Amino acid sequence: MSRTAAAPSPAPVAADERLGRGSPLRRLLGRPELGALLGAAAVFAFFAVVADAFLQASSFSTVLYASSTFGIMAVGVSLLMIGGEFDLSAGVMVTTSALIAALTSYQLTLNVWAGVAISLALTLALGALNGVLYNRTGLPSFIITLATFFMLAGLNLGVTKAATGNVASDSVRDMDGFASARAVFASDLQLGGVNVNITVLWWLLLVAAATWLLLRTRAGNWIFATGGDAAAARAVGVPVARVRIGLFMGVAFCAWVSGMHLVFAFATVQSGEGVGNEFFFIICAVIGGCLLTGGYGSAIGAAIGAFIFGMTNKGIVYAEWNPDWFKFFLGAMLLIATVVNLVVKRRVERTP
Amino acid sequence: MTLVRLAGVSKHYGNVIALREVSMEVAAGEVVCVLGDNGAGKSTLIKIVAGLHRHDSGIYEVAGEPVAFDSPREALDRGIATVYQDLAVVPLMPVWRNFFLGSEKRRGIGRLDIPYMRRETRDALLNMGIDLRDVDQPIGTLSGGERQCVAIARAVYFGAKVLILDEPTAALGVKQAGVVLRYIVRAREQGIGVIFITHNPHHAYPVGDRFLVLKRGRAIGYHPKSEITVADLTALMSGGAELEELAHELEQGA
Repeated sequence: MSRTAAAPSPAPVAADERLGRGSPLRRLLGRPELGALLGAAAVFAFFAVVADAFLQASSFSTVLYASSTFGIMAVGVSLLMIGGEFDLSAGVMVTTSALIAALTSYQLTLNVWAGVAISLALTLALGALNGVLYNRTGLPSFIITLATFFMLAGLNLGVTKAATGNVASDSVRDMDGFASARAVFASDLQLGGVNVNITVLWWLLLVAAATWLLLRTRAGNWIFATGGDAAAARAVGVPVARVRIGLFMGVAFCAWVSGMHLVFAFATVQSGEGVGNEFFFIICAVIGGCLLTGGYGSAIGAAIGAFIFGMTNKGIVYAEWNPDWFKFFLGAMLLIATVVNLVVKRRVERTP
Repeated sequence: MTLVRLAGVSKHYGNVIALREVSMEVAAGEVVCVLGDNGAGKSTLIKIVAGLHRHDSGIYEVAGEPVAFDSPREALDRGIATVYQDLAVVPLMPVWRNFFLGSEKRRGIGRLDIPYMRRETRDALLNMGIDLRDVDQPIGTLSGGERQCVAIARAVYFGAKVLILDEPTAALGVKQAGVVLRYIVRAREQGIGVIFITHNPHHAYPVGDRFLVLKRGRAIGYHPKSEITVADLTALMSGGAELEELAHELEQGA
């Protein structure tokens, strides 16, 4: 399945003389990631000047780690947003997924890998449930996932307390399989003398897979069409309902990857965690150029959005500012990024 | 050869009767025009033929076989393609992605054959006499007439035997409408059965072989071209007497 294997087309389509040789700059301006890329460069330059520690290799790996923990979820959320929907339950679903793995393997004394598998199945089922509820009711995904958000938040706390008598799950550190699972989901890798958490690898892998899916496969075509104009897509035979269920399950899959990282990085899972993170994922996607109304955006953009998020998050610490200000910066960044996106897009559309 | 036959087909939404015992047939290489004012049941009729809605009673046959479609996909598989008023295109997507949407050409599992689809889109459009600057531009940047032609070319390319055109000339200027009418004739010459929905008898008469006139969900006329003139058609459609009365009223009022 190599992409480079494309056979040379027998008759290359002759360039049309009416078509101005679009300058590389203009072509770049048409990409959804552009605003995010400029923003990332600006934020990077800013913290490089303001915070001395920011440019050290070790700081950089910390920034990458922070970016990856949000970036992994931003992949699923951005695909869903391109498909025209929201998932407000994405934040707590990470915790749910982690709790399922930790509680089942501890309470049933199973190998942690069994917990990992059970968690995958149940988390995907939760995603499918979001999708099916959305398709069946026709209510806005905002409402559906707001409901599942609260239900999951309640379940996380209630079930954990009932099972352990505590607000956190019991430690799975001494369970069978913990070491190997930790190696897969939460280990440090040495890459060129720099410590990089394995989540960065998972993140880049998911971004690459999602980009390939969006631009090179039929499913990707269907996702853009579902978000761009669902009625039109349905009329030409795109299984819109199935696409949506798939997208919600994609978010769930990302939640599972993030959740497994939580379990094997910390061994215990706080049942109240994750609330509010769903907005950070949405911010990553939007800064990355995904259109809130669907039909436009990219997974790479969302990754850049997550990178901006990570840089800001850690940069404030390295600049030795009060981290209480982080959310203010995040909000300002969201505003600036979306306005820049808007301006760039209008300018590109106006000059044909 | 009769491709599509409706006999006594009815459809109601709740207690609203949208279509009552309508019959028609379309043969290969024939244009059947469905005329009627707003709310006459034209849309309901094509939604049944296109597989968006099931009919409640009556017979719907494709090539002599009774059918009841659950989705447009099933209708498409039987060679019945629809070009909707809103054209069923996704404005932000490139022309070639729109052209192949729902019928993507793949190599291997899920992987799109992009060079092939670009080339085929360009060629198919050229065959219909549409010379597009760039098949990578978002289809939303094309003019209404161009988009209409892309949609028709798409249906023909994917082997439509029956082409349903929903008000293809409604939003177009005189010249652009003429272009679209020419494509309808070209499709008929290729042996395609065309169901042409319109409320403009002057667009329908030059290209039509048979005319079905609907009013308030009922058929009030079904005639071959030899039996009817464009004046009769206009009168039948608008309820000639009512129109004369209106003209009279307006004159008096002036």
